[in-house]
Amino acid sequence: MRHHLILRVITKLLVPPIVLFALYVQFHGDYSPGGGFQAGVILAAGLILFGIVYGQRKVKKVFPPWLVHKLAALGVLIYGGTGVISLLAGKAFLDYSALAAHPKDGQHYGIIAVELGVGVTVSAVMVAIFYAFAARPPRINDEDW
Amino acid sequence: MVLEFVLGHLNYWLFIILMMTGFYIVVSRGNYVKKIVGLNIFQVSVFMFYISIGKVTGGTAPIYPINLQVDPNTLYSNPLPHVLILTAIVVGVATTALGLALIVRIREEYGSIEEEDILEIESEMQRKENAEHGSAMGGRA
Amino acid sequence: MDVLINLVLFIMLVATALAILRMRHLFAVVMLSGVFSLLSALLFVTLDAVDVAFTEAAVGAGISTVLLLGTMALTSREEKMPRNFSLLPLIVVIITGVVLVYGTLDMPNFGSADSPAQTHVAAEYLKKTPKDTGVPNVVTAILASYRGYDTFGEVVVVFTAAIGVLILIGNLARRREPEESD
Repeated sequence: MRHHLILRVITKLLVPPIVLFALYVQFHGDYSPGGGFQAGVILAAGLILFGIVYGQRKVKKVFPPWLVHKLAALGVLIYGGTGVISLLAGKAFLDYSALAAHPKDGQHYGIIAVELGVGVTVSAVMVAIFYAFAARPPRINDEDW
Repeated sequence: MVLEFVLGHLNYWLFIILMMTGFYIVVSRGNYVKKIVGLNIFQVSVFMFYISIGKVTGGTAPIYPINLQVDPNTLYSNPLPHVLILTAIVVGVATTALGLALIVRIREEYGSIEEEDILEIESEMQRKENAEHGSAMGGRA
Repeated sequence: MDVLINLVLFIMLVATALAILRMRHLFAVVMLSGVFSLLSALLFVTLDAVDVAFTEAAVGAGISTVLLLGTMALTSREEKMPRNFSLLPLIVVIITGVVLVYGTLDMPNFGSADSPAQTHVAAEYLKKTPKDTGVPNVVTAILASYRGYDTFGEVVVVFTAAIGVLILIGNLARRREPEESD
């Protein structure tokens, strides 16, 4: 990819807005179309774009595989943890009214926490799958495409 | 009367045509990657069918204005199919990723991803096993 | 006007699906599947499903295409020439299509506001969401609050898929670094 100058420059310019857009979609999921899944996939797409153009060595320096694997589990833990907090407060599993004094505020906190867990897991899972596929030596040369 | 019926059901039939195209790709082609692509086509057309059940003519997307002043005259499309299909899309990509990982391993084991080649290799292996251990396994592997 | 847009999008979708059926060069097939996902995202927008269109565009045209390309790089470039045309798949597909069309004959008309799907639980959710949760996006409210348990199961499914892929092709036991490959 060393001779694809336009691709490299445009990728460098595009990846920060992609990450920013992913965060916007994550936290505005309450007010506009969006939420955890979309945000996770957009963030993963930005990182995968960087990995494709600059080589997986460079993207693995920013997000090493062990970190990505642990983040995938952390997302599920956040989601389950929200439910368990409600259990410890004496209510049903995933009953958000246990999270704050006013039930409506509890719903807001609960939805944000849960969507955060979903976003973290989905992005980490997509990047982990990309790492698994990209780390294998390819069977097609670059000229044969 | 008949025209109204046909126009009202035309969408469903068009999505069924798409579904059958995807289904035909899965059933008739031997290449595993193409089968997965055909399965994706089938899946997406099932989603379209499902969401078209929830659409209301003259309705809009089920998102309220940001100050929650709901105008009682606006019609909103049904949000429940959207929720189900959102889940289904993400689960679909998860199963696609698993299927593709399996295809990579199959390629490394058998050297090909065409169904005919793999069936030939399998029957070869079975014949060889029968020839070697024939009597010990009762004559059939 | 709506019907015209739907019809044009549908024709393009069918043309793409038929092209995927006929092409043997797998790179073109993968690219066409990305095009198919984008067109279906457009169709979802005309069906008022904006969240679904968002997810389908990101997932189908983004992640799926990347994974299919990665698989292609690890397996093969072209589909083998089919040896002879067999009639059985076509018959099975046509029979299934006819049975499905027969099944849709007593469904309510497309877009009717008094069909059973619109009147029971969905109307409840639409009414109660501003009072219970205060979240304007009803789809997020149902996904994260009313049906939060199902979403938990879905997150676990995604995590399980990651574990499955890592077990199959993760190379987690190998300790030496892979060679530089772009």
